[in-house]
Amino acid sequence: MIPFDYQRADDADSAVATVTGHPQAQFLGGGTNLVDHMKLGVADPELLVDISRLPLDEVTELDDGGLRIGATVRNSDLAAHPLIRRRYPVLAEALLAGASGQLRNMATTGGNLLQRTRCVYFQDVTMACNKREPGSGCAALEGYTRYHAILGASDGCVAVHPSDMAVAMAALDATVVVLGAAGERRIPLAEFHRLPGSEPQRDTVLEHGELITAVDLPASTPRRQAYRKVRDRASYAFALVSVAAVVKVDAAEGEPCITDARIALGGVAHKPWRASRAEETLSGAAPSVESFRRAAEAELEQADPLGDNGFKIPMVRNTMVAVLADLTGVEPEAVA
Amino acid sequence: MDQNITLYVDGNRRPVTVDTRTTLLDALRDRLDVTSPKKGCDHGQCGACTVLLNGRRVTSCLVLAVAYDGADVTTAAGLGSDDELHPVQQAFLDRDGFQCGYCTPGQICSAVGMMEEAERGSPSHVSANLNDPVELTDEEIRERMSGNLCRCGAYVNIVAAIRQAADPEAEQIRQARAERQRNEPVLREDDAPTSYQVSVSGEEGR
Ligand SMILES: Cc1cc2nc3c(=O)[nH]c(=O)nc-3n(C[C@H](O)[C@H](O)[C@H](O)COP(=O)(O)OP(=O)(O)OC[C@H]3O[C@@H](n4cnc5c(N)ncnc54)[C@H](O)[C@@H]3O)c2cc1C
Ligand code: SF4
Ligand code: FES
Ligand code: FES
Repeated sequence: MIPFDYQRADDADSAVATVTGHPQAQFLGGGTNLVDHMKLGVADPELLVDISRLPLDEVTELDDGGLRIGATVRNSDLAAHPLIRRRYPVLAEALLAGASGQLRNMATTGGNLLQRTRCVYFQDVTMACNKREPGSGCAALEGYTRYHAILGASDGCVAVHPSDMAVAMAALDATVVVLGAAGERRIPLAEFHRLPGSEPQRDTVLEHGELITAVDLPASTPRRQAYRKVRDRASYAFALVSVAAVVKVDAAEGEPCITDARIALGGVAHKPWRASRAEETLSGAAPSVESFRRAAEAELEQADPLGDNGFKIPMVRNTMVAVLADLTGVEPEAVA
Repeated sequence: MDQNITLYVDGNRRPVTVDTRTTLLDALRDRLDVTSPKKGCDHGQCGACTVLLNGRRVTSCLVLAVAYDGADVTTAAGLGSDDELHPVQQAFLDRDGFQCGYCTPGQICSAVGMMEEAERGSPSHVSANLNDPVELTDEEIRERMSGNLCRCGAYVNIVAAIRQAADPEAEQIRQARAERQRNEPVLREDDAPTSYQVSVSGEEGR
């Protein structure tokens, strides 16, 4: 680790000004990703501005009936918050499926969104990696790709975003509130993370020095919500794939029909993947295993698996069908 | 770059000068000679370094000491005294919740923090209902303790120890039942009349 200076931020504005003015400065949240990366040599900031004590640690109700989650609310506190548990269970479930009790006690909302890929080649500074060192190549392309992307990857990078929380937030149509030197801006969560394209070093659309201050959740969210994560161990492992779903079923005209479906996928792409093709297919459909499978297949038509991760295609399909069946009370049947 | 900080470790005021790069784990072990938290992976993956930081369980290897000037740190060594062990410590002894003992201080701090979280009603990944009060079943204990690895594989007895600490009475009854089962005469299979059920040992035997 290279030597660095440490400052505790007094307020959000001065924290933004300090980091904006210093190209090698970084914000410090819970440190569970950044400190790890500093030990590995993946990150080498000269100045850490600790924002974890800023008064952004509350969950508050917005005037429009939505909720505001402060950027420094810890993952464990967010998952346990009564309003999150009751109104946005998909978010509580996603948080609880991530990391461990100890890590969730430290990890912050802002830091979780900005955690970097777990691609092993990214974490190993002796390997070629365009994300860590633009232009150096991508060791994963010739390597072990079991944990890599099947959707939206590029020739330059096939990594996936590791966050569970962000997948639930994508399905909830959340908005990231960001403070920069020029003031505040609001970014829909689905547009916050990027696809790698030719600039895999940029995970998100944030500019250097911009501080996440909050994540807003909209009011009027359908109550049928669920998060399901498939992984190599029963607990304490990153997702192979995950599905967050928020659906509304209306039976006003006799036959039940899906009037609102919001689905996001984890473990498949460089960003939480909003499954808009699946959503379109489901819109107006009667809930059935058949319609769920058609929706999943519509989404997965664009999938482009690598050498070791073709299994993710049926895994996503089956998980999506199972989650939707569960949420709509349809007998799941045997899904092949 | 050195900074002066003060930690309150197991009730003692401990001023210390640390380089900004020093983790809380290294500050405790290398600077303050508090060796109860252990270094396993140094990357947040094993839980051996777990301490209670301002009352909450954390992995101290990912915490920068400078960020916690003035904080309260409780390690496994500070939980009880030699005369009176903390109930979780006693339970680990009673139930053989360890083999080599390396992961144990982390397991114990994690268990203490976890039990407090459960008491506050915090749900877990395996809770059937996010809003119900928490009952620390074996499944709940395993999930909530999944951040603590044990290379010796003492998991079965770790779960039993935490079960005992969480609900001593229920555990007493369970143990008495297991004891009875162990003492029942077990016939060899070829001696047994066909109508006689060979007694199957309880969970203890596994
Ligand atoms: C062993 C292990 C297992 C894990 N398993 C999972 C898992 O299964 N699922 C999962 O989702 N995650 C998992 N994680 C990752 C964990 O969720 C993240 O490390 C954590 O959420 C990061 O939050 P933090 O506050 O500690 O971020 P930090 O490490 O403090 O920061 C991360 C990045 O965000 C920046 N940053 C922090 N806050 C802000 C802000 N407000 N504004 C702008 N920039 C900011 C920092 O500069 C840094 O670049 C695991 C981590 C470990 C170590
Ligand atoms: S997949 Fe992306 S993160 Fe992994 S080695 Fe290639 S460029 Fe780096
Ligand atoms: S040493 Fe801290 S988690 Fe392994
Ligand atoms: S008792 Fe040896 S590592 Fe757990």
